[in-house]
Amino acid sequence: MIPISYYLILSTIIFTLSIAGIFLNRKNILVLLMSLELMFLSVNFNLITLGNYLGDLTGQVFVFFVLTVVAAESAIGLALLIVLFRNKKTIDVDDLSELKG
Amino acid sequence: MNVELITFFIFSSLLIITSIKVITSSNPVLSAIYLVFSFFLSAVLWLLLGAEFLSIILILVYVGAVMVLFLFVVMMLDINIAKKSAAYIKYLPVGIGVFIIFNALIIFFFINTFENINYNAINSINVISESNTENLGYVLFTEYIVEFEIAGLILLLGILSAIVLTYRKNPNNKYQNPTEQIDVEKKDRLKIIKGLKE
Repeated sequence: MIPISYYLILSTIIFTLSIAGIFLNRKNILVLLMSLELMFLSVNFNLITLGNYLGDLTGQVFVFFVLTVVAAESAIGLALLIVLFRNKKTIDVDDLSELKG
Repeated sequence: MNVELITFFIFSSLLIITSIKVITSSNPVLSAIYLVFSFFLSAVLWLLLGAEFLSIILILVYVGAVMVLFLFVVMMLDINIAKKSAAYIKYLPVGIGVFIIFNALIIFFFINTFENINYNAINSINVISESNTENLGYVLFTEYIVEFEIAGLILLLGILSAIVLTYRKNPNNKYQNPTEQIDVEKKDRLKIIKGLKE
């Protein structure tokens, strides 16, 4: 049996890599959304690992619902991205300053 | 070293490499393809954890639907491939710092808590058969039926909002309006002009 800490460390590394990706790819919203997908993946990893080691299926049920929500989220996010590109001809985050906040 | 451990190490190291490539490649298409790779590798690791149904779902739904959606958007947007800008180099130390600090925090302070639990003492619950899919379906359709239906509503909301956001009415589009066609009356079509002399 693989120790549980291996899986937890793996998911931690993926999660922190996706946080670093959000910092690095500030120019491109598309890659930001991809980093978000990676983040959801690591969270699902944690849920499945702990569910497996506790012998409880609730973790997998939660992963099922997370997958559903992420599918809807990415569809809406990409639709917003297309509308943004149609209106401003760019997907750079720095150009989104119409509210002058 | 048994086979399980070797498999875990091979696939987890590949997963970390592909995750690094996702966030560092300059071309969004390459990022998407590396993300597909990392989904495949995590599906293998989920199989090791005994979540067979979810690993298949990960490949079918994520790679088959969500990543194809991403690639379609990349094709539609026609983005010129940006070079590594000055901002990228400016934020590189920040990214590495965040990576190291968060990793150190979580690995050194929290992982020990999970190591010390005696997992064998906990009895397995909600298991009715050998098959993972059967068990999952049993739990999903009995205990979590309301949440399951809410998930369906969320997907419907996703469809509707994506269509409403991106739909554009074409003014040159020639189409018939059945309501106007039915509502038409005689005076709209026929005009009687009196007193016109030829």
